[in-house]
Amino acid sequence: MSTAPARGTTVAGFRILGEGIRAEPRVFAVSVVGAVLFGGLTVADAWALGWATEHGITPALRDGEIGTGVLVAIAALFVGIALLRALGVIARRVGAGVMQYRLQAQGRRAVTRRYLALPMSWHQRHPTGQLLSTANSDVEATWGPIAPMPMALGTLAMMVIAVGQMLAADVVLALVGLLVFPAVITANLAFQRRSQGWAMRAQQLRAELSEVAHESFEGAQVVKTLGREPEETARFGAVAHELREANIRLGLLRAVFDPLMSGLPTLGVLLVLLVGVGRVEAGATSPADLVTVCYLLTVVAFPIRSLGWVLGEFPRSVVGHGRVAEVLAATGEMAFGTRRLPTPVRGDAGATLELRGVDYAYPGADTRVLRGIDLTVAPGRTVAVVGATASGKSTLTTLLSRLVDPDAGQVLLDGVDLRDLAPGELARAVAVVPQTAFIFDDTVRGNVTLGLDVADDDVWWALRTAQVDDVVAALDGGLDARLGERGASLSGGQRQRLALARALVRRPRLLVLDDATSAVDPEVEARILAGLRAQVDTTLVVVAYRKATIGLADEVVHLADGVVRERGTHADLVRRSESYARLVNAYEDARDDAREEVRA
Amino acid sequence: MSTVDTGADLGGWQTLRRGLVLSPELTDGIRVTALCAVVASLGQVLTPIAIQQTLDRGLGAETGAGVDVSFTVLMAVAAFVGLLITSAASYLMTARLFRAAERGLATLRIKAFRHLHELPLLTQQTERRGALVSRVTSDVDQVSQFLVFGGLVFVVSIGQMLVGTLVMLWYSWELTIVVWVCFAPLFWSIRFFQRRLSRSYGRVRARVGQMLSAISEPVVGASVVRSYGVQERTQERIDASIASHQQAATKALTFSVVSFSIGGVTAGVANAAVLVIGILLGIAGRLSAGEIVAFMFLVTLFVSPVQIATQVLNDAQNAFAGWRRVIGILSTPADLVDPGDDGVALGVSATGGLDVEFDAVGFAYPGGPPVLHDVALRLPAGARVAVVGGTGSGKSTLAKLLTRLMDPDTGAVRVGGVDLRTVRESSLRRSVVLVPQEGFLFDDTLRANVRYGDLGADDARITTAAEELGLGDWLAGLPAGLDTRVGQRGESLSAGERQLVALLRAHLADPDLLVLDEATSAVDPRLEVRIAAALERLTAGRTSVTIAHRLSTAEAADEVVVMDAGRVVQRGPHAALVTDPDGVYAALYASWVAQRDRPSGESPAPGILAR
Repeated sequence: MSTAPARGTTVAGFRILGEGIRAEPRVFAVSVVGAVLFGGLTVADAWALGWATEHGITPALRDGEIGTGVLVAIAALFVGIALLRALGVIARRVGAGVMQYRLQAQGRRAVTRRYLALPMSWHQRHPTGQLLSTANSDVEATWGPIAPMPMALGTLAMMVIAVGQMLAADVVLALVGLLVFPAVITANLAFQRRSQGWAMRAQQLRAELSEVAHESFEGAQVVKTLGREPEETARFGAVAHELREANIRLGLLRAVFDPLMSGLPTLGVLLVLLVGVGRVEAGATSPADLVTVCYLLTVVAFPIRSLGWVLGEFPRSVVGHGRVAEVLAATGEMAFGTRRLPTPVRGDAGATLELRGVDYAYPGADTRVLRGIDLTVAPGRTVAVVGATASGKSTLTTLLSRLVDPDAGQVLLDGVDLRDLAPGELARAVAVVPQTAFIFDDTVRGNVTLGLDVADDDVWWALRTAQVDDVVAALDGGLDARLGERGASLSGGQRQRLALARALVRRPRLLVLDDATSAVDPEVEARILAGLRAQVDTTLVVVAYRKATIGLADEVVHLADGVVRERGTHADLVRRSESYARLVNAYEDARDDAREEVRA
Repeated sequence: MSTVDTGADLGGWQTLRRGLVLSPELTDGIRVTALCAVVASLGQVLTPIAIQQTLDRGLGAETGAGVDVSFTVLMAVAAFVGLLITSAASYLMTARLFRAAERGLATLRIKAFRHLHELPLLTQQTERRGALVSRVTSDVDQVSQFLVFGGLVFVVSIGQMLVGTLVMLWYSWELTIVVWVCFAPLFWSIRFFQRRLSRSYGRVRARVGQMLSAISEPVVGASVVRSYGVQERTQERIDASIASHQQAATKALTFSVVSFSIGGVTAGVANAAVLVIGILLGIAGRLSAGEIVAFMFLVTLFVSPVQIATQVLNDAQNAFAGWRRVIGILSTPADLVDPGDDGVALGVSATGGLDVEFDAVGFAYPGGPPVLHDVALRLPAGARVAVVGGTGSGKSTLAKLLTRLMDPDTGAVRVGGVDLRTVRESSLRRSVVLVPQEGFLFDDTLRANVRYGDLGADDARITTAAEELGLGDWLAGLPAGLDTRVGQRGESLSAGERQLVALLRAHLADPDLLVLDEATSAVDPRLEVRIAAALERLTAGRTSVTIAHRLSTAEAADEVVVMDAGRVVQRGPHAALVTDPDGVYAALYASWVAQRDRPSGESPAPGILAR
C-alpha cells in the first residue's frame, strides 16, 4: 500500500478523504455549505458596492442630499453581508476542524485499541516510541487534507459554472484554456510521485526520532551514570538530521509545486490571449468573448489553488494512513474461548494448575526455553520453582498468566485449557507478580485496584499483607497519594510490595510470584509469606532463591536448562541433587570456603 | 525545582527572541529570503495587471479601438517573463524558508534533547516520558509549519497595511480616520485574543503530551495490563486523554476562527462607515463619486493584509505554544551544573582507587522529609565497603549522592579529596560508576549494551571481561552470543540477566570508584557468590561501595557501614560489628542468618528491618 505509484497516491488520497466524509457526513456538509456561503458572499460584496453606487453615491452627490433610510440600508447591507460571510467562515473552518479532530480521535482510539489487543510478541518488535508516533503523528498526517478540503469543494461550483460560461462564450478558446487542467493534473502527478518517497521517509524518521527519544529518556539514569550524554545526543542528532533533510526535500518539492499551481492558470490566460488575438483578427470570435474566457480562467485559478492545498497534503496523508493501517491490520492477538472456570465453593479457594508437555521458544529463536514441562499443583498447595539465572523460570510464569501460549502442550486451570477460557476469565482467577514491578502514574488506590471495585478496607488488607501499609500510611494523602510515572518516588522494594498488594486484593485462586520480593528485606519478605499462607487459600507458585521462601513450599521444582530436573521437598532435593544443593546453599558454601581459607 | 519548565510564562516576543537566539539558522540569509518574498508578492500583483492591460487596451475592450495584436503579444510576453521571475522568486523564498526553518529546528531539537539529559535525575523522573518525547518531536513540528508559512507573510502583511494606510491618506484623511476608528477595537482586542489563544494552544500542546503519556504507559506496562485483564480500564484512560486533547484542539480552533471572523465583520462595518461618511463628505463637496468608489477598493487593500496578519498571529500562537515548551526545557536549570573545563579532574591515589568523604551531608527529596541527617563518613582509597540497613534507611540515597545523581542539601561529598560539585562531568563519569538494581538496557544487541560502558571494547575484550566476572558460561550459553537482541528495555532477558549485563557494562567502564546498589539482587545465589568473589578480585586497586540486603557481601567487605533512619549508626569490619549484641548490625545479621539457613515458613521475631 505504501509503495503505490503516484497515481496510486492521488487515488488513495481521495479514497482516504472519502473515508473521512463517510465517517462524518453531517459536519462535512456544514463545512461545505459554509464554504459555498463564503464564496457566494465574496461575489455579493461587488454587487453591494454596485447597488450602493447606483442608489446612494450617485443620487446623493447629484442631488446634494440623501435620505437616512438609504444610508441605513447601505450600512445594513454591508454589515449584513459581512456577518453572513463570517458565519460562512466559521461554519467552514470550525466544521472542517471538528471533522479533522473527530477523525483523529477516532483513529487514535482505533490504533490504541490494537495496541492493547496485540500480543506481547508484537510489542517486543515495535518500540514504544514508534507506536507513539503512529498514534500521534501518523494519525494527524492521515487527516491533514481535511482542513483545506471544504474550501476546495466549496469553490468547485465556482469552477463548474466558470467552465460552462467559458464553453458558452467560445468553444475553441475555452478548450485552449481548459488545457490548464491536464497541465495541473500532470504537475500534481509528478509532485505526488516525487514527494511520496520522501514523505514516507519523513514519517518513518519521525517515528524513529520518537523511538530514540523515548528509549533515551527511559534510560536516563544509565545515560547519566555512564556519562553517555554526548553519544545519546549524537544518536538522536543523527535521526534529527536525517529528518531535517527529508523535510527539506519535501519543502523543495512544495516550493516548486505551489508556484506551479498558481502559475499554470496565468499561463493558460496568456495562451488564450495569444490564440484569441489571432481568432479576433480572423473574425472568428469577438474581443468581448475573449475577455470573458480570460476573466473566467482567472476565476478558475482560485479553485485550482485550493485543490492544490488539498493535493499537497496527500503524500503525507497516504503514508500516514498506510502506517496506521499496518497497525490496524496487525494480527496475532490471542484467541479466546468461551469457557468459564468452575465456580469454587469459596471465592478464593485455590485452583488446580496443570502443565502438560509444555514447550516454548521465543519467536525467531531456535532454542526452546522450556521443554516438555509437566507439572501439577493441587488446590491450595505451594510450589517453589528454583533454578539458575536464565533457566526458564520467568518464561514459565508468563505462560501461567497467558502472556504467551505454549508452542506445544497445554496449560490447564481447574482442568480447562487457558486458551479455551473466555476473555477476562483468567485474570479473575490468576495473578502474577513479576520480577520488575510496574507502577502506573496513578494513586496508590488506583495502582492496587486497577479499577476493580473493592472497598478501601480490602485495599488496606492487601497493603498490610504485602507489608507496605506503613509506607502508604506515611504518604501525604494515603491511598490517594499519586505515585508518579513508574512509581519514581518509591524504592525498588516498595514498588515490589505494592505490586504484590495489587495481586492480593484480587483474591486470586492462583498466585504466581516471580522472584517478586527480591528487593525486599529478607525479614519483611518472610513476614509477607507467612501472612500469605495464614490468610489465603490460594494455590501459590513462587520463583525464589531464598531458602526461607523455598521452605514454605510443599514441593520444589528444580528447573535447569528449560526442563524439570527434579521435584520433591526441599530437604529431599538437597539430599538427592548435587546441583540443586549447590544452587541453594551457595551462601553457606561460600562462607565455609572462606573459613577453610582462613584456617588454611 | 523538580519539574521541567513549560515556558508558559514566556511572552510572544520573548519566545520569538529566545527562539531565534537558540536557532541562529532561522535568521541566516533572511534578507535575501525577504527580497525573494517581495519579488514574489510584487509579481502576484504585476502579472494580473499586465493581463488586465492586455485585455483592456490590446483587445480594445475599454477603448473600443479594435485589436492591437503587437501590443497584446508584447504584454503577453511581458506577463510571461513576469510570471517566470515571480515563480522563481517564490520557489527561492519557499526553499530558503524550509532550509532555514528545518535547520534551525533540528538544532533546537538536539539542544533540547541534550539538555533533558543534563537535568537532575529527580526532574527527569518526575516528568512523564511521553510528554518529554512530545516536546522534542511534535512540539517542534508545530513550530516548523509556522516558520515556513507564517513568519514572512506576517512581515509582508504589516508592510502592506502601512502602504495601504498611506495611499488611503493620500485620497482622504477623513475616511482613513474612519477606517482606523473602525479597526481600533480590533487592534486593541488583539492582545486579549492572543492571550486567550496562547493559553488555549498551550493547553492543546500540554494535552498532546498527556495523551502520549497515557498511550505509552500501558504499552510499556503491556504485561501488567494483560495479566490483570485491565485493558478496558486502560482504554478508558487513553480514550479520556484522546477526548481531552480533541476538546482542547476544537476549542482553540473555534476561538481562533471566531477571532478571525471578527476581522471580517469589522471590515464590513468599515465598508459601511466609509460609504455613509463618504456620501456625507461627498454631499459636503469634499469627495467625488469616483473617489468614494476608489476608496472602497483601497479599504480592501488595507483589509486583506489585516485579515492575513490576524490569521498568522493566530497560527503563531499555536506554534509558539510548542516553541515555548521546547524553550522551556532549555530554561530549566540543570541543577547539577557541570563546571566544564574549569572543573577538576579526579586523580587516583597512589594506592589505587579514590577515597570518599561524606562531610555532614543532609538530604531531603523535594517536598519530603529529610532522608539523610548529618552523615559523616570517610572511606579510604581502595577500600571494599558494604552499606547495609533496612528499607528506607537512606542507603540508595547515599549511592546517588556518591555518584552525583543528586547534590546534597547541606554538607559536601568529596571523592579523591575533591567536592563532587567541582569535578568535571566527563572525568566524574569516567571514574565513578553506579550499577543500579534495575539497569536499563537499550533495544539493541548484547554487544552494543555492554559496550555502553566502554565504546572501544571489542568482542575479545568483552568475552574476557565476562570470564573475569565469572559470566563466561552464561555468555557462552546464549545461542546468539553477543549478537543476542535484548529487546525493548532489555525485556527479552530475565531480570537477573539484565543485572549481569549492567555489571559487565560497569566492569568494562573500569571505574576507580564502583558503586553497586543491589546490583545482583535478581541473580541466583550460586552465580551471585561467584560474581561476589570475582568482584573481590577485580575491585583490588579501586574503591567499591556495595549496597546489599544479602549480608554475605558485608561479611566479605573490609568495612561495613550500617544505616538506620538516615544516619550512620555503626561502622567497622563485620567481625567487630557482629560481636556487639546491642548494635543494629547484630540484629540484621541474626535475621539474615535465620533467613539463609532456615528453610521454613515460620516468621522470625520482628527485628530492626520490620520498619
